[in-house]
Amino acid sequence: MWQDISLQDVLIVSTLMFFSGVYGFLTRRNLITMLMSVELMLNAVNINFVAFNYFLHPENMQGMFFALFVVVIAAAEASVAIAIIIGIYRRFKSINIEDVSKMKF
Amino acid sequence: MTYSLLSIMRQELGLIVITLLVLFLDLFVRETNKQKVYIITLILFGIHTLAGFFPFEGGTLFGGMFHTTPMHILMKNVLNIGVFLVLLMSASWLIMPRISDKRNEFLMILLTTLSGMYFMISAGDFLMFYIGLEIASIPMAVLAAFEKFKSRSEEAGIKFLLNSALSTGFLLFGLSLFYAAGGTLYFDDFSHSISQPSPLVALALTFLLSGLAFKLSLVPFHFWTADVYEGSPMVVTSYFSVISKGSVAFVLGILLFKVFPAFIGLWQFVIYALAIATMLIGNLFALRQKNIKRFLAFSSIAQAGFILLGLLQTDTFGITVIIYFVLIYILSNLAAFGVAQAISVATGKENIEDYNGLYKTNPSLSLIMMLALFSLSGIPPVAGFFSKFFLFTAAAKAGYYRLVFIAVVNTTIALYYYLLVVKAMFINPNPNPLPPIRSDNYLRSALFITVVGIFLAGILSPVFEYMQAIVDKF
Repeated sequence: MWQDISLQDVLIVSTLMFFSGVYGFLTRRNLITMLMSVELMLNAVNINFVAFNYFLHPENMQGMFFALFVVVIAAAEASVAIAIIIGIYRRFKSINIEDVSKMKF
Repeated sequence: MTYSLLSIMRQELGLIVITLLVLFLDLFVRETNKQKVYIITLILFGIHTLAGFFPFEGGTLFGGMFHTTPMHILMKNVLNIGVFLVLLMSASWLIMPRISDKRNEFLMILLTTLSGMYFMISAGDFLMFYIGLEIASIPMAVLAAFEKFKSRSEEAGIKFLLNSALSTGFLLFGLSLFYAAGGTLYFDDFSHSISQPSPLVALALTFLLSGLAFKLSLVPFHFWTADVYEGSPMVVTSYFSVISKGSVAFVLGILLFKVFPAFIGLWQFVIYALAIATMLIGNLFALRQKNIKRFLAFSSIAQAGFILLGLLQTDTFGITVIIYFVLIYILSNLAAFGVAQAISVATGKENIEDYNGLYKTNPSLSLIMMLALFSLSGIPPVAGFFSKFFLFTAAAKAGYYRLVFIAVVNTTIALYYYLLVVKAMFINPNPNPLPPIRSDNYLRSALFITVVGIFLAGILSPVFEYMQAIVDKF
């Protein structure tokens, strides 16, 4: 039953999600996949906020509202990212970061 | 209630009104009149900048989510001066062939990011802080990718956006842990509810600081900086390197001094280590750059390391010094970028070796560039010396003599590579130097303001005393 889920269980899930997002961002070379990894990180943060609100600080709803705002702003971020990625695809015919990177140290 | 809203948020509301006005003028004005929108924006923004200097007490709104004091207004005024100069410099770039059809979009997006910075500085709550940060950083990716007919600009845009999203992820993870520890997101309640540092708070602080270090491009988190600065249009690069950096430095100061003073033992060492790494790596990489934008990018990384010195002094002197340093840094860096902008718009050249023999053909541009670089490195008669001197005083007051020694060594390294550019302009022989460049009046007046500022802001002590008086009252 869902009443048996403790804060610890939720935090294990969210931390795993967050760091798989970081791992994906660092290892994947496809721009869309990198964007997905970032979204994974942001959603892990949302789980954190909601879980902390529910288990630790149920007296007000600040964590829930924060999660809502994170969702909205992540959507704005994704729309700008996809607009730029479409521009990149038109120019390079590829969305692999290795093909796009022209500038080097 | 509504009346107090109008007066307390007047800077934000004024800026939003200007932004919307630009948007609607661009939509409804005839094609032939579109270049006049620029002039209207410039005049309105100039009035907005001057209006910010009227003394005002400030106040709190939305149950503490938004609060403003004379100190916050001073920070916004410093940013306003920088944005006004950037607007002046953008005129010659905005009339270029493939930019001119969307020049008013540029103005609108630029002002939108500035309003995000306002909200970020005035935030009294982590939610407002986060929203302000994102309003400031998402449109900046659009600005970086503005020259979308150039592949480098597209690359800069996506690199900036993905890196800023990653740093936001870290920052938010830190904020969620702070929420767990304190049970509140309001700054005032937060500093009351936690008085003892715990392992959870230490972890949260690590995440938050690494997120902010990404935005400020401090050293372990600086990899995006050089590429984004090189790929973006010159005006946008100057905006990134002064305004965006300055606003994040202000916010870092506010957070560390007002929200986390109880954990000073935790963050002081982190700032100390970041300052050393940032100054050293920034300077050493700047030595080997050939492109003027990359060169200024690494020099701005090193300057961010110097800003951190001011954060180690926790009384009001520290925050005054940061505001003063950012003002001088805005003036000197924008002077350097203004010269680079004039050359880039007229000839398209952006490498340091193209500057060889510049003094023969363009004496005034070379002199301005020399002054700007002297101010960035901190040579006595110009303002950069005084701002660096105050920073070192602040760090020495806090007892960090070894750090001050390392900073002085770094100033010397920096002097070497700044002088390389000066040498290229004045001494290196070049059979065919760049032709004489006549830039438009907007750019010339911007350069004039920066030069006057570089001389006067250092010598006139009232500038610093004015800032000190305002910050002391806070």
